[in-house]
Amino acid sequence: MTISAERPTEVVVPSAAPPSTGGISRTPRSGWLSQHLGTAIIAAILGYAFGHWLGNYVSSGYTYVVTSGQNSTADALGLLFGVFGWLLGIGALNHPMAKLVGREGVEDAPVEGWSKYFRYTLDHKVVGMQYVVGVLLFLFTGGLLAMAIRTELLNPTTHVFAPDTYIKIVSEHGTMMMMMATSIIVGPLGNYLVPLMIGSRRMAFPRIEAFSFWIFVAGYMVIFSALPYGGFPTGWTGYAPLQTQAGPGMVSYLLGFAVIGLGMMAAGFNIAITIINYRAPGMTWSRLPIFAWSMLATAALLTLATPVLVAGGLFGLLDKTVETAFYVTEHGGSSYLWQNLFWFFGHPEVYIMALPGFGIVFEIMPVFTRKPLFAYKVAAAGMVGVALLSFFVWQHHLFQSGINPDMRPLFMLTTELISIPTGFIFLVGMGTLYKAKIRYEVPMLFCMALFFNFLIGGVTGVFLSDVPVNVTVHGGFFVLSHFHYTIMGGLLFAFMAGLYFWLPKMTGRMMNSRIGKWHFWTMFIFFNLTFFPMFIIGLAGQPRRVFTYAKNLQVLNDFSSISAFLLGASFLLFFANLMWSMFISPVKAPANPWDSLGLEWQTATPVPPYNFERIPVIMTDPYRYSEVGAPAFADLGDHTPARSSASGSDQT
Amino acid sequence: MSPQNSKSEVGHLRRIAVVWVVVSVVADLLFWFLVGPHVPPGRMTETAINNQRTFNILFVIALPVLIGVWVYLGYAATVWSAKRDGAPESVGGEAARTNQKAQVWWMSVTSVIVILLAVYGFYAVVVEHGSGGGEGPNPVWSPEGAIQAETAALGGGSSWTPGHVLVVQVIGQQWKFTYRYPGFGGFESDQLILPNHTTIAFNVTSLDVIHSFWAYQLSVKADANPQVNNVAYTETKQLGSFVVRCSELCGLWHGSMFNDGRIVSQSDFTNWATSTQTANAANTAHLPPFAWTYVPDANGASGGFYPDGTFTPYSPSEIYGAKSPAS
Repeated sequence: MTISAERPTEVVVPSAAPPSTGGISRTPRSGWLSQHLGTAIIAAILGYAFGHWLGNYVSSGYTYVVTSGQNSTADALGLLFGVFGWLLGIGALNHPMAKLVGREGVEDAPVEGWSKYFRYTLDHKVVGMQYVVGVLLFLFTGGLLAMAIRTELLNPTTHVFAPDTYIKIVSEHGTMMMMMATSIIVGPLGNYLVPLMIGSRRMAFPRIEAFSFWIFVAGYMVIFSALPYGGFPTGWTGYAPLQTQAGPGMVSYLLGFAVIGLGMMAAGFNIAITIINYRAPGMTWSRLPIFAWSMLATAALLTLATPVLVAGGLFGLLDKTVETAFYVTEHGGSSYLWQNLFWFFGHPEVYIMALPGFGIVFEIMPVFTRKPLFAYKVAAAGMVGVALLSFFVWQHHLFQSGINPDMRPLFMLTTELISIPTGFIFLVGMGTLYKAKIRYEVPMLFCMALFFNFLIGGVTGVFLSDVPVNVTVHGGFFVLSHFHYTIMGGLLFAFMAGLYFWLPKMTGRMMNSRIGKWHFWTMFIFFNLTFFPMFIIGLAGQPRRVFTYAKNLQVLNDFSSISAFLLGASFLLFFANLMWSMFISPVKAPANPWDSLGLEWQTATPVPPYNFERIPVIMTDPYRYSEVGAPAFADLGDHTPARSSASGSDQT
Repeated sequence: MSPQNSKSEVGHLRRIAVVWVVVSVVADLLFWFLVGPHVPPGRMTETAINNQRTFNILFVIALPVLIGVWVYLGYAATVWSAKRDGAPESVGGEAARTNQKAQVWWMSVTSVIVILLAVYGFYAVVVEHGSGGGEGPNPVWSPEGAIQAETAALGGGSSWTPGHVLVVQVIGQQWKFTYRYPGFGGFESDQLILPNHTTIAFNVTSLDVIHSFWAYQLSVKADANPQVNNVAYTETKQLGSFVVRCSELCGLWHGSMFNDGRIVSQSDFTNWATSTQTANAANTAHLPPFAWTYVPDANGASGGFYPDGTFTPYSPSEIYGAKSPAS
């Protein structure tokens, strides 16, 4: 094998000195004295207590507070100061506060050992690992709630839960899963991989990155607090005036979305700036790994769509606390306002939950097909196209609402136009498979499954976008099944592919492939058996979020429920695999277990604190798998350039 | 690309195409003739018939797309596996990176399908008077005679005669639907009875939160928004009963918010309506005058969710110290 890696002489290779994060460093204080998860919890509790007291102090004189015994102001301020205390306690505010009073920020020097995962750590790899745990916590909480929903729907007349309990479970499930899904790939894999893939030593804004994780956890706690507050009855869409009518759990919902939204904006902003400005020399836009393209498109959506949600949530909070009337029709507000604001965020949100999945799949497929990514530019264009169009479709959620009825044809057109760039995604996937040499490792199985599932999700989306068909399928189990096919069948399968693929890099330990295959097949089969019947249930007339339904739909509902329990068991299998492979019986991962050409695999495992000994110089396009004698992707500066193709030897 | 390579390329694609065409044609025919006539929402109204046809057309277009990708994936998964004996032909160099022809074809075909679907959808919405969906307070596409009938209904002096548009008001509240018939003195009933072979103008509103009036077999769905009149049209075609469900989460008993309606002959309907009008006359006198929307008072929807008059947690009317008169 010949390698024609000519090293450009004019490129100045930076020195190996760790880059400064801008603050004055000091030696770490002994564990318990510095800031960590424990201090954050204490500060959050103190903050909550103070906020609640303050809320009661300022508003307990109001008649409605006295007579109802409920004080939304106290609840909201309690949670708000709780979040503030949490950030203060973890140390997220040290630097901004120091700057505020004109001093240089003082940073603890990087902590070694496992305790760094419980701190405000500025290393993107630590943040990535923290996110893995964070999103799995979200996922499993939401998943348990899903099991509860399917249990209730086993029988149309015999009830496990009271109707109010049921509706709160549904609402909590939907909201938690949506919040989790916004970050499930951007958080763990985006933060971990983007600097490695673009040949950077760090994120552009490490503090904002760490902030985005810790506020994500705060968001989890705020939305979880809805349960002890008595839940909220609105589903994840939170429509007013039901929102205005609801109890204190609604405060958790509104504030929770605002808090999570801040984290989403921070994460998106940071990732976009990193990709734009921190690419290694030679990494032109057409050499950028496709996962980074998907992260860029997603980051743009996170940064631009989320502010609308945060603003909408704050309006709702004002309605509930200081008696404004943004959403109260009787007093000059409009219930349409929330629907508009929510879906103006909500539809780009849908693509925040789709694009990262495409990115992962495209990144992984060339490795297992031993081929270049087919039509790289079309893939990037498709993702950017989807991102752009996603801002022009939100009213298709409101076709039957009576708002702007004359605009329905326009929104029908824009929605269906999204099928074109989404079609690019399938073209790229199918082209990459063409005459490939497919190795069926666990990550590849999940990638193939994404195309199967997302196709069903995408095609049913066209049915929903058609106004006449929408009359039947809107607000029923059909749409429910549709978005589970895109989010769970797409994003979650891609997340699993990503975990199986990159955990060996992130942890240095292989996931067990045998259990992995069992996990894949059970998840794939029972996912489809759970959700496919829901299309029929929906067409047969069952609305969403009901706890009682027509007797003749019981067989299908039971089939779906039992499949859902088995799907839940499949996740236990995944959890068991994770525990087994990471902690109980770890197997050391080879340096490059999948023979990938990706830059992230060319640096050492575990990844050194600053990622690369020297900033790599990108020599050529990524994914030149099947080309014998192709130049190495990158020159790492240590005179052992990455090899060109793992499959080159058997292609003579 | 070597000649041998291009030959085998044709071989692969031809095999896939043959399977695809055969399976698609069979599946489409089976669907259209066996399943199609039974697809919801059935054939009880004009909108149901139209919307069933639209669904079936979409499905017949969608099936080949699904089958095409699945056949391709299945073929790729079996034939191009690394485990198979004999190395598959390698696709190296530029040929593997992109294929201009494939891209152009793919984009053209998807674009044409998508734009045709959008044009057809536009046509259906306009010609079928909103296809049974909520068209807001001022419908842009309404059947003949509907606007006059609604104007007359609001005037109070309207009376319905067979052959004209029947105006029915649907009022959603937690957690039931009631119906007012302005053509018969504006009486309110919890029964939805409709005459056959008649254009119906549903005027949907809510007293509290957002509901959605979904007459499943009629293929009518319109959100019930507080203080908004949302109009949806259909034309009845068959006698029989249908289900009305709430299709927008409206709180605790959302799942129990359903009832049955019936389509009866025009004479039966007139008999039922006139007799109910007489029987309910005393009650109707206490109702607010017929209007498109109603502003609830403090014991009504916006604040007092419990009709027994006990104070409830969140009452804007209480806070603002005034009862809005029911209009």
